[in-house]
Amino acid sequence: MEVGIRGYGAYIPRHRIRVEEIARVWGADAPTYKRGLGLREKSVPTPDQDVITMSVEAARHAIRRAGIDPVKIGAIYIGSESHPYAVKPSGTVVAEAIGATPEIHCADFEFACKAGSEGMFVALSLVKAGQMEFAMGIGADTSQGAPGDALEYSASAGSAAYIFASTQLVAVCEETYAFMTDTPDFWRREYQFYPRHGGRFTGEPAYFKHTLSCARGLMKKAKVKPKDLRWAVFHQPNGKFPAKAAEELGFTAEQYGQGLLSPTLGNTYSGASPLGLTAVLDVAKPGDRILMVSYGSGAGSDGFIWRVTDRIAKVQKLAPQTRAQLEDRPIYVDYGTYAKFRGKIRKLTE
Amino acid sequence: MREVAVIGVGMNKWGELWEKSHRRIWTEAALAAVDDAGVDRVDAMYVGCMSGGLFVGQEHLGALLADELGMGPIPGTRVESACASGGLAFRQAYLAVAAGAHDIVLATGVEKMTDVDGGAATYALSTAADQEYECYQGITFPGLYAMMARVHMERYGTTRRQLADVAVKNHAHGMFNDLAQFRMKVTAEQVMGSAAVADPLRLLDCSPITDGAAAVVLCPLEMARKLSKQPAVRVAASAHATDRIALHERDDMADLASTRHAAALAYKQAGIGPKDLSFCEVHDCFTIAEILVIEALGLVPRGKGGAAAGSGLTALGGTIPVNPSGGLKSKGHPVGATGIAQIREAVLQLRGEAGKRQVPKARWGLTQNMGGTGASTVVHIFERALGRKR
Repeated sequence: MEVGIRGYGAYIPRHRIRVEEIARVWGADAPTYKRGLGLREKSVPTPDQDVITMSVEAARHAIRRAGIDPVKIGAIYIGSESHPYAVKPSGTVVAEAIGATPEIHCADFEFACKAGSEGMFVALSLVKAGQMEFAMGIGADTSQGAPGDALEYSASAGSAAYIFASTQLVAVCEETYAFMTDTPDFWRREYQFYPRHGGRFTGEPAYFKHTLSCARGLMKKAKVKPKDLRWAVFHQPNGKFPAKAAEELGFTAEQYGQGLLSPTLGNTYSGASPLGLTAVLDVAKPGDRILMVSYGSGAGSDGFIWRVTDRIAKVQKLAPQTRAQLEDRPIYVDYGTYAKFRGKIRKLTE
Repeated sequence: MREVAVIGVGMNKWGELWEKSHRRIWTEAALAAVDDAGVDRVDAMYVGCMSGGLFVGQEHLGALLADELGMGPIPGTRVESACASGGLAFRQAYLAVAAGAHDIVLATGVEKMTDVDGGAATYALSTAADQEYECYQGITFPGLYAMMARVHMERYGTTRRQLADVAVKNHAHGMFNDLAQFRMKVTAEQVMGSAAVADPLRLLDCSPITDGAAAVVLCPLEMARKLSKQPAVRVAASAHATDRIALHERDDMADLASTRHAAALAYKQAGIGPKDLSFCEVHDCFTIAEILVIEALGLVPRGKGGAAAGSGLTALGGTIPVNPSGGLKSKGHPVGATGIAQIREAVLQLRGEAGKRQVPKARWGLTQNMGGTGASTVVHIFERALGRKR
């Protein structure tokens, strides 16, 4: 039985802040950050947007493309490191909002930036096991980055949702693979608001080791080479890392460029590689094969190879496309507004 | 005093050695030096390390590392003089052998700098400056060296491009050093266009944060041929001098007086002058530092250091090659190890084993290792032992 993606959806907030504006406030050199991180701007969630609302938006888009009755969805798994509640699930709120309750299994996942692909991995596996007809995996974050830290230039907001099934697929899952080790490169402890990271340690021994190992293991398992694949999508903490990883693996800019949203979107953490995949599916043609590799600190990568089916053309325009959302009338905010939106200003009532 | 020779050298690949601990990095280099010398024991050892405490939370390195090497109960001494810790550790080893206290002595240097983040590394390094009068005012080393550069530029007309030329030259040399951390070519444009650190210094004007170690084995010159198959390299001079630690208290911010004093002593001991040198390994922690050092060593007249790299004078193939190893800039700068790595390079050059970066017919080599903005300097001169009785 072939299983895969039946519907997919993306959501990106419209507000943006430019690297120059953040650098201005901290007295930093904007060109250095832009060049060093490969970023120009990032998305900013407004006060009424969080992981739950963004997940609902993406889930609705996925349902439209899947063309199913949401009540038939057997599971919703939301991966995020910014679930609005420490205790109380995001999944139940989303399930209720899209009309998927009450016969449904919900869980919130956390694995730094890998939580989204993790939700996808489990949802896909439950369908493959025959446990349910439809299952949904979501990656969403309103990412945190401490004021003035390098992360503040990239930490952004967005979500992507996938409905997995065995019928009317838009992309068949040809192979999965996962690669994990105990690598403490980035973490946030209980009661801490902002994550900490190991500086340059987040590069070679963390992101690159796991992303490259996962991609190589996945391609070996699937017996494919980069030239056999039309597209490649990687976790994108900035604009530079995924491009470097892709080129080291032998992918061309033409293969990885479409799914590389971070230069103008920023790092949507758990939403990052799932959102990149939506941007690829928006333009993919039947028969195209796609490699997707996520990365989460701590650390590990999930890998998938998808093969696009004939049905893709029928669903691409059924919901807002990802790059269109990214480019559609962005509203640029100054740092003060951004600080207010992100709850960085302490108010009397808090 | 006995004449002293270096009979063994060891060093590992430098860089961000995430997978290796402080002690393992050190032990690899120490064992390599012992193997190179071909000796089966050492009588004493010295460890140059600037801040095991702040970088990895480990002090008491003399005992720790003697044990790691499996050579306890030999005396193990840790030596600290900021970035000159390695050079000074070698000098202590040299003095011990020369004085007849020990015969076979291991001189080493080590630093593991990447277990802490950039801020903590900057703090650890800043302890080499004057805490009360410099650090409390908020300045760190890039800022101090930037001020030295400004004085030199204003007074002598040294240009931004000339600073870049030092980095270009040393990275070109480093291309021939397979143990270098940043084995890559850079152009003057890349240096001048890299991230601003402390005006006028840019990222590529600065030596990197590095994990690494180096080690050498010393013994009396007269025992060298009996103990080791390696060609002996004679320690022709060992000199150490200090200066005011705070930059603003110096008579001249663009004069490295400690280097000038140590060099004068060293030339006198060796009975040679700067014109006799075949090459130098100097402390280019920032590009401006190399310019100041070559003036203080008398390789060029005061104020003329700026043009030396760009003109080819100090490049491999030039009149006096400076930093054939790639220098701190390309090779890396694990602070406590730097002085020992310079000596390793001098020994390789004088043995004729420096490969593609070999200075032809090298006979005299000088190493200059300094702490802070030059508050301490250690200068050594080495001579290729010609097999004649001294």
